[in-house]
Amino acid sequence: MAQRASKKSADPVANQTSAQLVRDLHERMVRIRLFETEAGKLMEAGKLPGFLHLYVGQEAVAAGVMAALRDDDQITSTHRGHGHAVAKGVSFRHMYAELYGRVTGACLGRGGSMHINDVTLGMLGANGIVGAGIPIAVGAAFAARYKDEDSVAVTFFGDGATNIGAFHEAANMAAILRLPVVFVCENNGYAEFTPQSKHMLITDVADRAAAYGMPSVIVDGMDAAAVHSAAAEAVARARAGEGPMFIEAKTYRYYDHQGVKGLRHPYRSDAEVEEWKARDAIDLLEARALADGTATRAELDDTWQRTRDEIAEAIAYAEASPLPDTADLLLNVYSG
Amino acid sequence: MTTITEAPALAPDGTARKLTYVKAFNEGLAQAMREDENVFVAGEDVAGYGGVFRMFDNLLDEFGPRRMIDTPISEAALVGLGVGAAARGLRPVVDLMFMDFIGVCLDQIVNQAAKMKYMFGGSVSVPLTITTASGAGLGAAAQHSQSLEAWLAHVPGLKVVMPCDAYTAKGLTVSAIRDNNPVVVMLNKVLLGSKSEVPEQIYGIPLGQAHIARQGSDVTVIALGRMVGEALAAAEELAAEGVEVEVIDPRTVQPLDTETMIASARRTNRVLVVHEAVTFGGLGAEIAAQIQDAAFDHLDAPVLRIGAPFSPVPFSPVLEKAYVPDQARIVRGCRRLLERA
Ligand SMILES: Cc1ncc(C[n+]2csc(CCOP(=O)(O)OP(=O)(O)O)c2C)c(N)n1
Repeated sequence: MAQRASKKSADPVANQTSAQLVRDLHERMVRIRLFETEAGKLMEAGKLPGFLHLYVGQEAVAAGVMAALRDDDQITSTHRGHGHAVAKGVSFRHMYAELYGRVTGACLGRGGSMHINDVTLGMLGANGIVGAGIPIAVGAAFAARYKDEDSVAVTFFGDGATNIGAFHEAANMAAILRLPVVFVCENNGYAEFTPQSKHMLITDVADRAAAYGMPSVIVDGMDAAAVHSAAAEAVARARAGEGPMFIEAKTYRYYDHQGVKGLRHPYRSDAEVEEWKARDAIDLLEARALADGTATRAELDDTWQRTRDEIAEAIAYAEASPLPDTADLLLNVYSG
Repeated sequence: MTTITEAPALAPDGTARKLTYVKAFNEGLAQAMREDENVFVAGEDVAGYGGVFRMFDNLLDEFGPRRMIDTPISEAALVGLGVGAAARGLRPVVDLMFMDFIGVCLDQIVNQAAKMKYMFGGSVSVPLTITTASGAGLGAAAQHSQSLEAWLAHVPGLKVVMPCDAYTAKGLTVSAIRDNNPVVVMLNKVLLGSKSEVPEQIYGIPLGQAHIARQGSDVTVIALGRMVGEALAAAEELAAEGVEVEVIDPRTVQPLDTETMIASARRTNRVLVVHEAVTFGGLGAEIAAQIQDAAFDHLDAPVLRIGAPFSPVPFSPVLEKAYVPDQARIVRGCRRLLERA
């Protein structure tokens, strides 16, 4: 059998200066924050059909992890997937057009908020079924190794999702096959309206990794730099063939489980929300950058403004985009 | 067919109390819980929150955490909990929120709940009720909008009910809970807020007994779940042209009351079956085959089926609207049948 050449691509992530990294993390977080708050406004204005699970508050996790990845690295996401998609680089135009159900959207208007993907960027989709993306990432990691590529796969999921069988089966599978996959649990303390303390008896979800012989680390999910360094280490291990790793990021979502507004049933207190907002990931990064001189206020403001402009343009694009043609109802049900 | 408590008649003057579909379900469930101490409810966010569709509102207050149990996101364990508890004599009601989620616990439903009595030589029964919300129309896309009744109705040992309005939602729920078999109650998401007359006392609607929702002599439309309303609207439209449509609501798709349908086919000589699920391999195929088998000589045209195209449920409202059968398609179907003779 012919010896195959190993296909290894250069790592653009390595050798970044810390100032570059800070600006990168900032930009990714700002993009998510603004994408999401605008989407929330559109939903409240009755312009978007379907469900909208907003990611605001958890930006540091998507930004920190994605800044440690290359374009050919694969991710799988959840019902709360916009943040991952934005951070992986999926275009605002494709995302808003999808939320509007337009044919120019990321899923040609067929998938909606919960299924946004861009396979050219290794974004293997948000997912409407809790936990379903986890085994898929294991499969993507398997494919990378099979093809002798050095890309890795990262799977994002919530605390609640680790109660589902697919998580446990996939974690064990990844561990015994020593696959290049990173498990990222975004522990925002709630599964829908159920607090973590009522759906599991452990405090640290990371404890679950030990059952499969998988190393784990717990990070402050409001600190993008901390998330990034944990992710960079896990990704490097995986790329080097040392197998999977589990990262638990303790974080928080500011908006409701679904939609924007507060709820009839107070499953968490306003004070709790405010406490977490006081440690906002973007504020934290900006304050640090300004204090240590890695960025100026003007530079940071410029990022906000450029992103705002880009979002306004993308929304206009989405609104002006055509609807799907009902004659194409059977498009893409099968391949080829 | 065993007849359970007959459903009480509604006040003829139309003064009966009206309830929404979801409140009617909730009332039936609460009454069944009062009636039988062995009934309990388990599911994600059913207790503290009252269910994402408000199906379980206020039940925690009345029945407490012993009988209203919030579970982790663990559907296989949830249905299995129901199977084991049912085998030990309880009457679990387990909620699967969106019907699509049965994908992660199908083994417990199909290989365990459905077959236990048979495999155990009849020594045990599984009086389990599974509640869930099915159907398209909310822009909830391909993983939150399916109507999977054909998957379940195909499995010996399961029963499946599809209430079309508040009145049947309450009666079928009560019967499902009282039934000694695993029964899946498919509530329709679009109907949750719709109102109809609902008697206050507890009542069950017999499982496996179809309801003639409208009498007519020219065409029989057999409609499942939410399609009953569309069929009744289509019937009104055609009545203005002098065509009398008979609308039959099977109410239960397993067991299926084909007798009532066959008798109707013999009277009207034309039959249309309509459901939200994809046409291919859907209940329409089964109903059409049974009618043709039993009433072939009475038919003026082949039994016609209307369902969804063979595609996942699309997200974009414009596609979703074209996807789900509606009044206009039913009217066109009836016209096609009438043109044949
Ligand atoms: C298999 C399955 N069960 C239930 C649901 C309904 N559901 C959607 S999100 C969610 C909570 C998920 O919690 P978690 O994994 O912690 O993620 P978070 O919403 O906190 O981001 C539930 C129960 C679903 N989509 N899929």
